[in-house]
Amino acid sequence: MKIILEQLLNGLTIGSFYALIALGYSMVYGVMKLINFAHGDLFALGSYLGYTLLVFGSSYVTVTFGLWGGMIAAMLIAAIGIGIAGTLIERIAYRPIYSVGRLPAVVSALGASIVIQNGIMVIWGPRPQAYTSQVVPSAMLNIGGIKITLMQIVVLIISFILMGLLFYIVQKTTFGAAIRACALDRSTAALMGINIETIIFFIFALGPALGGMAGVMVGMYYRKISFTMGWNYGLKAFTATILGGIGNIPGAMLGGLLLGVLEMLGSVYISTAYKDVFVFLILILVLIFRPTGLLGEKIAEKV
Amino acid sequence: MELNKNINQKNSLFKNWLVIVVAILFIALALPFIINAYWVDVLFFFGVYALLGLSLNIVLGEVGLFDLGHMGFVAIGAYTTAILNTTFGIPIIILLPVSAIAAGAFAWLVCSPIIHLRGDYLCIVTIGMGEIVRLTLNNNPFGITGGSNGVYGIDFPSLGNFFVIDNSTKFYYYIWLIVGLTIVGLVNLQRSRIGRAWNCIREDEIAAEATGIDVRHYKLLAFVLGAGLAGVGGNIYASKLMIVSPESFSFMESCMLFCIVLIGGMGSIPGVLIGAAAISLFPEVFRAFAQYRMLIFGAAMVIMMIFRPGGIWPRKRGTVKFESLLIKAGEENG
Repeated sequence: MKIILEQLLNGLTIGSFYALIALGYSMVYGVMKLINFAHGDLFALGSYLGYTLLVFGSSYVTVTFGLWGGMIAAMLIAAIGIGIAGTLIERIAYRPIYSVGRLPAVVSALGASIVIQNGIMVIWGPRPQAYTSQVVPSAMLNIGGIKITLMQIVVLIISFILMGLLFYIVQKTTFGAAIRACALDRSTAALMGINIETIIFFIFALGPALGGMAGVMVGMYYRKISFTMGWNYGLKAFTATILGGIGNIPGAMLGGLLLGVLEMLGSVYISTAYKDVFVFLILILVLIFRPTGLLGEKIAEKV
Repeated sequence: MELNKNINQKNSLFKNWLVIVVAILFIALALPFIINAYWVDVLFFFGVYALLGLSLNIVLGEVGLFDLGHMGFVAIGAYTTAILNTTFGIPIIILLPVSAIAAGAFAWLVCSPIIHLRGDYLCIVTIGMGEIVRLTLNNNPFGITGGSNGVYGIDFPSLGNFFVIDNSTKFYYYIWLIVGLTIVGLVNLQRSRIGRAWNCIREDEIAAEATGIDVRHYKLLAFVLGAGLAGVGGNIYASKLMIVSPESFSFMESCMLFCIVLIGGMGSIPGVLIGAAAISLFPEVFRAFAQYRMLIFGAAMVIMMIFRPGGIWPRKRGTVKFESLLIKAGEENG
């Protein structure tokens, strides 16, 4: 029982990373019908930005804001930086080719992804980097026999706050209603007086900002970051997006958390080596029996 | 008279093409004597990418099915070759069709249940499938795939003992002979009933179904043929490198194949060749830039799509001119 609870917590932690990244994929896909392949690498860029702020800039950041304040500050700065990077990519790589169909945008997205990934390699070097223990507390807690790291609690709290915030924005505010309207039907939404340009700008800022924060948290949780990790996390998060129903915001959160938990349970009860195989098998099975994902609505096909 | 003129025009066009093709063939045959072994190897890998690009082009270009796990099929072909050759000593040449059949059969097995999925859903399932293949190979099931080290000590292709393909130049001729044969086959396929049915599905699936095309059958056929060709590519790749390992068949490589087809132009055979040249030669040409070359490569992909979103050599749609049907435009109105 203790093991199950511990693994559940581990799974939820990883799942919340996936969920935060998946939100970016899902929002962009919902409005643009575009798989933003560069999103995973923006996440990695966020991780490196946080690394620079916390490890190189520790004399400024950690000293000025304190240990916890420094971590929060690093996350916020990374979020702003990656948000700007996301909108820049949209301007440069996607906006000129929206009108010509979806497939050129896929190549353009892959190109942008290669540029960011190799940009990170050129700037920070090909070797993996580490968030040192001076800037990230590594305390271990023991709650009723269940071992849990302090970082895990922090990660869970922050990501649930972020997800709750986004859920509130998307489901309860007028702005969120505009985003959902765009996801349903972009041209009709434009006719109703919604400024599509603004919506696109915000989803390309908001999604990557969440991804950037997830990047900093992954760095703080696992300590080790590498320039290729964007692909792995991106692929998993994209899987989570599909699992929950692509274009669906609560679906992305559910998909991410579920994927993390399944991965952990798979690695405990099946085998560590086959945990990813298990995850992808689940994905394929879900798609065979429920092709629109868990929370996706069935859309009648237009002829 | 009009008809005759048309045929003459067609003939002269055909002659022009023939001259170009013969010139390219001549240059291709002479190249290994001009350039050094390193560039012959580069051209060999250009050939491999061309073959794999052509195989993905069947699925992505002709039928419009998003397949981002194509390297999985290549891996099946390569590992079939590697395992059967190293364990049982079966000659590589015999394993060429065997690999094709193995990859095709695998494609039929895994694609049958998922073929009804549309667009991006099919895309993510193929990604999942490709990753499952790679991860499984990496985990050394039953101790036959050698885990992350892979399988090594694969023979050269040979016909008996007297003709062994054992150096760069021979491999170069070998791959381009197979690419050439494949192109001839695919051009014929494009013009056949199957090719037209595929294109019809790509343009409008529902309309295709309404005209009586068995959409499911033709989609599966495309996957099986594409995978079979990918298996051939895997066989040649394995025999050239003499080692196969899981990281050669990563998601990134599948994305590169995807880019080959889209950079060249969907469904266009010359386009695929140009795309393969771009992907395989570009990093070599820019080798001088060392660590910046992939940066330039990615930027080039973005710029390429902004200025030529249809690809470098897009496929022309087949058109029927009024003249060739001996009908003058506007006659019906008069």
